[in-house]
Amino acid sequence: MLGRIAALIVKELLAILRDPRGRMVLIVPPLLQLVVFSFAATLDVENVRMAVLNQDPGKWSHELVQRFVGAPTFREIRFLDGVAEIRPTIDRQEALVVLHLPQSFSADIAAGRPAAAQLILDGRRSNAAQIVQGYAARIVDQFNRDLAAGPPSVLVARDWFNPNLEHQWFIVPSLIGTITMLIGLSVTALSVARERELGTFDQLLVSPLTPAEILVGKTVPSLLIGLFHGTVFLLAAVFVFAVPFTGSLLLLYGSLVMYLLSVIGVGLFISSLSQTQQQAFLGTFLFAAPAILLSGFASPVENMPDWLQQFTLINPLRHFIVVVNGVFTKDMPAINVVDNTWPLAVIALCTLSAAAWLFRRRLE
Amino acid sequence: MKARAAGHERVEIDSGQRGRRFRALIRKETIQVFRDPSSILIAFVLPFILLFLFGFGVSLDANKIRIGLVLEDTSPDVQSLAVAFTNSRFFDTRIVRDRREVVPDLIAGDIRGIVVVPQDFSSRLMQAGQVAPIQVIADGTQPNTANFVQSYAQGVWSNWQQQRRLEHGLGDAANVALEARYWFNEELESRNFLVPGSVAIVMTLIGTLLTALVIAREWERGTMEAMLATPVSTLELLGGKIAPYFALGMASMAGCTLLAIGLFGVPFRGSVVALTIVSAAFLCPALGLGYLISAVAKNQFVASQIALFAGFLPAMLLSGFIYEIASMPPVIQAITHVIPARYFVNSLQTLFLTGDIWPLLLPNIAIMLGIGAVLFGLAVRNTKKRLD
Repeated sequence: MLGRIAALIVKELLAILRDPRGRMVLIVPPLLQLVVFSFAATLDVENVRMAVLNQDPGKWSHELVQRFVGAPTFREIRFLDGVAEIRPTIDRQEALVVLHLPQSFSADIAAGRPAAAQLILDGRRSNAAQIVQGYAARIVDQFNRDLAAGPPSVLVARDWFNPNLEHQWFIVPSLIGTITMLIGLSVTALSVARERELGTFDQLLVSPLTPAEILVGKTVPSLLIGLFHGTVFLLAAVFVFAVPFTGSLLLLYGSLVMYLLSVIGVGLFISSLSQTQQQAFLGTFLFAAPAILLSGFASPVENMPDWLQQFTLINPLRHFIVVVNGVFTKDMPAINVVDNTWPLAVIALCTLSAAAWLFRRRLE
Repeated sequence: MKARAAGHERVEIDSGQRGRRFRALIRKETIQVFRDPSSILIAFVLPFILLFLFGFGVSLDANKIRIGLVLEDTSPDVQSLAVAFTNSRFFDTRIVRDRREVVPDLIAGDIRGIVVVPQDFSSRLMQAGQVAPIQVIADGTQPNTANFVQSYAQGVWSNWQQQRRLEHGLGDAANVALEARYWFNEELESRNFLVPGSVAIVMTLIGTLLTALVIAREWERGTMEAMLATPVSTLELLGGKIAPYFALGMASMAGCTLLAIGLFGVPFRGSVVALTIVSAAFLCPALGLGYLISAVAKNQFVASQIALFAGFLPAMLLSGFIYEIASMPPVIQAITHVIPARYFVNSLQTLFLTGDIWPLLLPNIAIMLGIGAVLFGLAVRNTKKRLD
């Protein structure tokens, strides 16, 4: 029996690797995704275009504006001549943010009164705008501290695990999850659909192999390919993108295997439902798009409404993203990894047995 | 002489028949679209799912961030600071005495930040010339949330200091009060710009993915060559193929807009005319790309992969829809200039949130039409080549 399964596994691997389309799916999308995602998927805010309307002739406003000019976040600072220019500047997106200092600014500071400074931000990009507001608040805060004689209290900001808040440190490890998912899904989904299109699936069904054996024979090659891609991306993350790897490799691989099994179960499920490769492709897309969007990869799970957060618990990627990021930068202890891996085992069990049931039903 | 007359006659018949022939062609293509289950899936089911996901699932607003507040000091000053944190609408604060209680939560991802008030905080606060530090530790694994933790904590702390100065009769020291105003999106809902952006994704799916898939199938089955052998001209064929998808795209645009306003409560401050013009302008490059992919690939599988990587992914990642173009490396920023979705996303966000800002919209429309013209030119060339 083991020999039979081994033969099937070898045959499957050869079928995938010999088919030019199969090779294309294995090589092109992962590479493209690695390049595009790791460089383009950033929520960092840099090179911000800013405008300043300074109506105050005094020295304090000049002092404050100079601090903005010196800040690395702001690329080009335009100076406006009147309040009337603020609206078109924001409307036409010539600046994301306008700093408005009124006429009495320096006089107020000299008199010991609070001086008003207004920040007008473009809400069309409210995420970037909020981060810019944070930067501006820090600049003003430092300015205030320098004005006052003795600061009573200071806020010391520290970002653990990722001191410079580099978005790549989050995106690149997460890609191990998204890419192995896409690969696992498409290899599995397309392999059965292709056999069905070519009519070779019936031949497989009349062979002495039992449905369970066929299932194992279809699962193992996808698992091996998924592990291969996971490893390539792991190496790329550590050696090309210099993301620190602080945790346990063993824990990561244990979790990755469970994750891949749950994804392959979904792939088998899709492929046993679809008659053509086209349908298998659409099915994969229909599963992968929500799975990626509701995983914490595009935006944090805790920002979603509560009912949707509950729903994401059935999404394998949601659990694996926690593990992979934890193991990479947080040196996540085994207990936390297990906490996020047992749901994967449950999902794998459900999807694989559902696929097995569908296979058997097709047989009888 | 006779031959010339006959030729002349044929031309007349041609021009008389052309309108009818073209209508028949469009009718045939439309029936074909509605018969195909995968078209129905992509044109009607996927848009709804995607809009739903972007409306509810993707949110950049960290509305209530869970943090731990470590009070190693328990003086009245510190208590008032703790109240300031628990009252903040941005934080869901858990108060502990020892930081060892919350560090494991930070590692597990159950909280996103820790604020530490050290033991000697109030004694330092009382002494003139001493600096009393508070530490804010944010979980850097999610850089965006970490940024929010830091800015919100900064806000709470600044307010508390101001308050304290008033209470202790220290008066207002000379300082700058920064007031921030967000135009167009006062409640700072990321949904307000994500939903209009996702309409661009939906239109890309219909214009590029669906068109590429369906026409590629025709190439695969040889029905496209059969059409080329008929008296229908290349331009007619292309127009006939694309017209139903154009209509489908516009219909789904209307549906998405209604959903965005009705279900997600996104404001719409522009005009319907401007929205129609912008959408029609975007469909040119989207459909052109879809048709070109099918003509180059002539195979459903290859077409689906190319459409995914040349249409869908760039629209998601390189359009400025979620990710900041200004923060990308210069090479990638340069690439975004040829992505039609970039101009469409920008126009949609402006139309929904700001209004008809023609100085912004007109260049966008012109660029989209320009990219569309190039793609259609390539598509016509690729279709003609097959005839030779």
